[in-house]
Amino acid sequence: MTARDLLDTGPKVIGVGLQGFVDDLQSQGFSASALDWRPPASKNIQALAAAEQLSNGSIAELVNNANAQAMERMHSADPVLTDVQLAADCIEELGDHIILHAGPPIEWQDMCGPMQGAIAGAIVLEGWAKNLDAAFKLAASDKITFEPNHHHDAVGPMTGIVTQSMPLMVVENKTFGNKSYCAINEGLGKVMRFGGNDESVLERLRWLESTLGPLMADTLLACDGIGLKNIISRGLSMGDEMHQRNVACTSLLLREIAPTMARVGDPDTVSEALAFIAGNDQFFLNVAMAMGKAIMDPVRDIGGASVVTAMCRNGTEFGIRVSGCGDQWFTAPVEMPRGLYFPGFTENDANPDMGDSTIVETIGLGGFAMAASPAVAGFVGAGGAADAVTYTNQMAEITCARNPEWTIPALDFAGVPSGIDICKVINSGITPTINTGIAHKEPGIGQVGAGVVNAPLGCFEQACIALSERLAAS
Amino acid sequence: MSTIVNEVRKGFYLDSVALMRLSAEIAAMGGIEEAVLMIGTPSNLQIMQDAGVLNATGENASPNDLVIALRADGKGSANRALAHANKSLEGGALTSAKSEAKARTLRGGLSLHPDANLALISTPGSYAAREARNALNAGLNVMIFSDNVSLKDETSLKKQARASDLIVMGPDCGTAYLNGTPLAFANSLSHLSAPATTAAIAASGTGLQEFAVLLGRLGGNLKHGIGVGGRDLSDAVGAISTLQAIDLLAKDDSVEQIVLISKPPGADTAAQVFEKLGSCGKKVIACVFGYSETDVPEGIQYAANLRHAAELASNSSLPEHDIQSLATTMASSVGQGRNKICGLYSGGTLCTETQLALQNAGLATASNAPAGTSDIADNAAGKHCILDLGADEYTVGRPHPMMEPVVRVDALNNALNDQTVAVILLDIVLGYGAHENPSQAIVETLVQHRAANNSTSADTPAVIASVCGTDSDPQGLQSQRNALTDAGVTICSSNSGAAELAAAIIQHAA
Repeated sequence: MTARDLLDTGPKVIGVGLQGFVDDLQSQGFSASALDWRPPASKNIQALAAAEQLSNGSIAELVNNANAQAMERMHSADPVLTDVQLAADCIEELGDHIILHAGPPIEWQDMCGPMQGAIAGAIVLEGWAKNLDAAFKLAASDKITFEPNHHHDAVGPMTGIVTQSMPLMVVENKTFGNKSYCAINEGLGKVMRFGGNDESVLERLRWLESTLGPLMADTLLACDGIGLKNIISRGLSMGDEMHQRNVACTSLLLREIAPTMARVGDPDTVSEALAFIAGNDQFFLNVAMAMGKAIMDPVRDIGGASVVTAMCRNGTEFGIRVSGCGDQWFTAPVEMPRGLYFPGFTENDANPDMGDSTIVETIGLGGFAMAASPAVAGFVGAGGAADAVTYTNQMAEITCARNPEWTIPALDFAGVPSGIDICKVINSGITPTINTGIAHKEPGIGQVGAGVVNAPLGCFEQACIALSERLAAS
Repeated sequence: MSTIVNEVRKGFYLDSVALMRLSAEIAAMGGIEEAVLMIGTPSNLQIMQDAGVLNATGENASPNDLVIALRADGKGSANRALAHANKSLEGGALTSAKSEAKARTLRGGLSLHPDANLALISTPGSYAAREARNALNAGLNVMIFSDNVSLKDETSLKKQARASDLIVMGPDCGTAYLNGTPLAFANSLSHLSAPATTAAIAASGTGLQEFAVLLGRLGGNLKHGIGVGGRDLSDAVGAISTLQAIDLLAKDDSVEQIVLISKPPGADTAAQVFEKLGSCGKKVIACVFGYSETDVPEGIQYAANLRHAAELASNSSLPEHDIQSLATTMASSVGQGRNKICGLYSGGTLCTETQLALQNAGLATASNAPAGTSDIADNAAGKHCILDLGADEYTVGRPHPMMEPVVRVDALNNALNDQTVAVILLDIVLGYGAHENPSQAIVETLVQHRAANNSTSADTPAVIASVCGTDSDPQGLQSQRNALTDAGVTICSSNSGAAELAAAIIQHAA
C-alpha cells in the first residue's frame, strides 16, 4: 500500500495505542481497527536491541531469506512411519549405562522426581541393577551417562527415557532422507513417561519390546510405511491438535495398518496389538513427535535463520534450538502449567513442565493448532471455541508462515501457524503456547491433569542475542 | 475456442471441502468456464474427465497428487486463475477468518485486516519508533501521533519510508486529513458539500484544524491535510515527508491548490521545498509563521495567517466583526490600569499565530513558546503574555488542555483576578479527539468569578475567544458558541481575528 494508494482510497487504519482514535473513525463509518497493543514483555535490553537489529535493514533481509529457506524445508518434508526397531539398532551410540532423557542436557542431581523414578525403572529394565534401590544408587554414581534424546535423532514424551532395549518407532523424512525415533506410547495411568517404575510398568515395556514392536515393524515393512502428512491433515479437520488430542489420528493410523497387520501377524497377537492401540487415544502422540523431529532436523543449521527447530523440557529447564545457531541450547527454568486437574488432584501435585513433546508445537500443531480442536481448548482449560481461535491467531503473530497443507476448517482452511521466529517472540512479547499433560510430581502416579504452559521468554532472549552476535561476527 | 489447462502438484493433500470452496472461488473468475481442484484418485479423475476439464497432464496424476484443472476462454484467463489457485494454496486460507479478538502486533493486525494502509501510532514515545519501523516493514504508511521520538529515529524512519514509496506523518502529528477522512485531533468536514480541491501540508495539530475549519466556512473543502511533524522542515530532517507530500499532491488531479502551513524552514531546506512547490503545477499558498511577503518566492501566494490562507484558497473573505467599532465599544469599558492581553491557549499553532498578530499590531509579547519577537515567559513583565498551556511544561503528569479543559481553569482565574489584564484571549478547539464539552469549564469559571465578585464588567477583563469547530463536529459548534456568548465571551470567527480585536482594544484604551 503505497502513499499514493493512501491518498487515493483514504486511510484504512490500524490503531497502535489510543483506542479513542479508532473509535472516532469507526463512529464515522471509516475503516479502522485497534491493536491490543502492549509494551514489549522482555526487560532484557540487549535482547530487545538484538531482535530489533535482526528485524531491520540488510540483516533482516538475510534473516528473512534464511527463514524462507527454513520454511521451504519444513513444508517440503515428507514424513513416513517406516519401521519399529530396537533402540540399540537405530541409535549407534546407545549401549550399557547410557540413558537418554527428554529436554536439554541435565545432570542426575538436578532432575525432578518423575525423571529420576523413570531412570531407576529403566535401569532395572535393562538389568543394570537388581532392584529400584540399587538403581537409584547407580544412577547417582558417575557410572551412568545421561544425554538428551535430541542429541541422538530421538524424542520422548514427558520423562522421555530411552535405553538400548526399548523399541522405537522410526519416521523417515523421505524428502531429505533423515530418520527420527520415538518410543511407543505406553498408554495412560502408571507408565514410565510419568515416572512409573514398578513391575507392571516394566512388564508392559517388555511386551512392547517382545510383541508389539516386532509386529508393528513387520506391518510397516509390509505396507511400505505410512505417510503421515495426510493423516495430520485429516486429523486436524477431525478435531485433533496432536498434542493433547490424538483420537482421530490414532484411529486413522489404526485404519491404515489394521489390514496389513492382520495379514502379517497371528490372530491372537494382532487382536491384542489392535486392542492396545485402540485403547489409547494418545497412541499417535509419539508418532507425531517422531514426525516433528524428522521435519525439523533438516532445518537445524541454516545460517541466519531465526526459526526455532526444537523446544523441549526436562522437568527443570526449558530448552530451545534455533536454526541459525545450530545445535546450541538456550535454556530457562520451566514454568508450571495452568490447567484442569483430574478428580482428587490439585496444582500442588503438579510437576513442572516436562518432555520433548513440544516438538509438536515447533511444527505448528498442539497449542498452535488449538482452533482445530475446540474440545482440547476446554480440556486444557483454555476456554471455548472462540478462545481456541484466538490462541491460534496469536501464534500466527510469532510464526513465519502458515502451513499450506495442514489447514483448519474453523478458520476457513487457514493453515496452522508454522515456523516460530525468535525475533517475533521478542518483538511481540508473545511466547509459544503449549498444550500439555500434567505429571504428578511424585514418580509413578502418572498424569493428573492437562493444561497450557508458555515457553519461557528467557530462552528466546538468549537466542536473539546469540543469533545477532553470530551474524555480526560473520 | 476453450483452452484446457491442468497442473499437478505431486504429493499435495488438502481437505476436499477446502478444495471445493477454492474451486468455486476460481470458477467465478473472469474468463473461467470451469475450475476443478481435486485429489487425483481414479474416481476424481473420472469426474474431471466427465466435466471436460482434464488433459494429458491431469490424467497422469496419482491419488497422492492435487490436480488443478481449468477450462478457460483463453491462455490469459487460465494463467490468471492458475496464479490465483497457486497463491491460495500457498497461503493455506481461502478467505481470511474474521475474529473479534484483537491482534497484539501489527503483523497480527494486518492478517485480520489485510487491506489496512496506515498505522496510527499513539503509544508512549519511547515505543513509537519501534512500532513505526514495524509498520514500514509491513508495508504500511505511518502517522505518529506520539511525541518524544528522537531526531535520529525520525530521519531514519522517513528515509526508510521514502525508499518504499510510503510516507511517515509526524512524529507529534496531531491532525491529518486523508481523502477527507479526519485522523486523530481533527474537525469533521462531513457537512461540506463543496468539491474538495484544496490540500494542505502542515507541521501538525491546530494550524491544520483552524485552516480546515475556516476553509469550510468560506465555501471551500479540504481533500488532504498531510501532517509532517514539527521538525520535518528542519535542515536535520531535510523535509523528507514534505517533499514527498508535494509530489503526491502534484499527482492528485482532484487537488487544485496546495497550502503550506509551517514554521520557517531551515535555510537549505527552504530552497528545496519552495522550488518543488513552485514547479508542482498547482496554485500554491504559503502560510509560514514569521515570514513576511518578501520571504516567499515569486509564483507562490503569501498568506499572513491561517484565515488569510483560507481566504486565498477560497477566493472569498471571512465575515468578521467590524473590529474598529467593536474595539472602541469594548475599550470604553476596560477599567483603569488594565492594559495587558493574556492569552491562554490549548493549541500550539494558534498560540504562535496570536503572538505574531499582536507583534504585527506593534505590541510586545512574551510566551513560554516564543514566536517572532516574543520574549520568554519569565520576562513577561510589561509585555502581553501569550501562553501555550499544551506545551510540555504544563502537561507533564497532566492531561492536555484540549482533552481536559479543566487544566486551564487555574490560569484563567489568575488572569481574571489580575488587575493589569484588559483582555483574555482563548481558543476553544472542537472536533474528534477533543473534549466532549470544551467550553463548559471556561463558562463555569467565568460565571463563578462574576458571582464571587458581584462585579460590574469594568472590574473584569474582556474575554475574547475563537471556536475552532464545524457544524458537524460531535460537540456541536452552535451550542458551544452560545454557551460562551451567554457567559459574556466575545466570539470571533477566527483566531487571528480574535487577536486583532484584542490588539485594537489595547490601542483604543491606551
